[in-house]
Amino acid sequence: MSWMLLASASGFFAGVACAVVGVFVITMHLSFLGVCIAHAAFAGALMAVWLGFDPLFGALAFSLGAAAAIGPLADRGEINPDTSTGIVFSLMLGLAFLFLGLTPGSRTEALGLFWGSILTVTPRDAAILAASAAAIVALLLLFFKEIQAVLCHRHIALAVGIPATLVFYGMLFATGLTIAVSLRCIGGLLIYSLILNPAAAAFQLTYRLKRMFILAAAFGVASCWAGLAASYFWDLPAGASIVITSSLLFAAATAFSPKRKVKACPPLNTVS
Amino acid sequence: MTDPIIDMTDAAVSYREHVALEGVSMRVHRGEFVGVIGPNGAGKTTLLTVVNGLGRLARGSVRVLGLDPFNGSGHLVRRRVAYVAQVERLDPRLPISVRETVQVGLCGRVGWFRRPSRADRDRVDEALDWVGAAHLAERPIGHLSGGEYQRVAIARALVQDPDIYLFDEPTASIDPKAQREILALIQRVHAQRKTTVFQVTHDLGALAERCQRLVLMKQGHVWRDGPREALFRPALLRDLYDGELAAHARAWGALCG
Repeated sequence: MSWMLLASASGFFAGVACAVVGVFVITMHLSFLGVCIAHAAFAGALMAVWLGFDPLFGALAFSLGAAAAIGPLADRGEINPDTSTGIVFSLMLGLAFLFLGLTPGSRTEALGLFWGSILTVTPRDAAILAASAAAIVALLLLFFKEIQAVLCHRHIALAVGIPATLVFYGMLFATGLTIAVSLRCIGGLLIYSLILNPAAAAFQLTYRLKRMFILAAAFGVASCWAGLAASYFWDLPAGASIVITSSLLFAAATAFSPKRKVKACPPLNTVS
Repeated sequence: MTDPIIDMTDAAVSYREHVALEGVSMRVHRGEFVGVIGPNGAGKTTLLTVVNGLGRLARGSVRVLGLDPFNGSGHLVRRRVAYVAQVERLDPRLPISVRETVQVGLCGRVGWFRRPSRADRDRVDEALDWVGAAHLAERPIGHLSGGEYQRVAIARALVQDPDIYLFDEPTASIDPKAQREILALIQRVHAQRKTTVFQVTHDLGALAERCQRLVLMKQGHVWRDGPREALFRPALLRDLYDGELAAHARAWGALCG
């Protein structure tokens, strides 16, 4: 049963970390950025497999590199943020397939990075995930007021003396770190669903940022644990079950969203 | 006379090939109310970004509150300079309330690693009360009308407790009644706080009555700078707007009696 405990713990930490960075990208309307950094991490991990070293280091280098490239490109205003993210995205996808093609042998490890393997995480993977999730939550608590200001009113944040660009890049780096350390567990093709869906579901349900972080983390962990349970009891692929659960949670949140309700007009006789 | 609070010499700002501001020199003293008027594209907003250090200074020297906003002190200057822009289009689903938006004004002064104190939070409520928006405190910021949003923006500027207020077309895109209310608030800010106020507008009818000094801007230059009564004249204003005063009929009518 120790592997199940390890998988549950990994699901918890990946669910929390992915949800927190998901709130960053969803609130700033930069969903595509999460997708782009996920592909960068994937390309980096595949390069590491090709060169024969730990995929984690390749994933870290590429995802942080992509975060460092996209921020300034988008900020300088010379290229539309969508365009710059799209260019980095297509480059990373190209590199991922290049490294996959260059990898000799059976490519089992490389292919495993596509969909991850939460059921076979090692204690080392789980410890790295736990440390990263703890660091991201600690930074969130420490800089909550600055993060809230930059997420919701970036131009105002800059105008009142907050180093908004530094905070923004910090959030991009946190996104890169989370994706890199979750890659082995969740997989390159599935990771951005775990980033976007829980946060998007939480965004539908509340006008409070604090509550949105808590709800997103709960949805992320619930998705991971539901996926694990589906895998354990019905022998379904864990990664796919996690993504499908998170998508269903988003659909349910949208259906019950108070933000979709149109305020009813008062009856004529109550209008003064 | 005391040292100027803003001291600008030969300031120039350019964005790529476009020169937005050219050779602007100006001194502003504590407590002055400066109105900056001119047609669209005259460099009015760029002038404000020189004061708070958010523009790209290509040439010249700028001292604001004794600091150089373009040489590593930008964030220190911005903590003491409040900026109220035009009504912004916000996502109505944005997860932040009116009270939290006003609290953003405190962030620069409170600093890293510290939470706003009880006294700070009381100041937020007082500022909301002062602008007549206390009843909106718990509303999501994206649910406000243009006039309500500008009241909240002024409350955010008040909690910053700044030495300089920059109002950048604060009454643009809001209805006439809300415009009058916002102008009255700006005048109260200047009357009660005795701070320096800049108000930028292209609409002559939206200039606060308390404005004592006028800066007329045209094509990136300061075209005229002087007392309001000397510059608020039909012939000068017709030249400033290249004869196109129709859009300012209200002010024009008042001016001509």
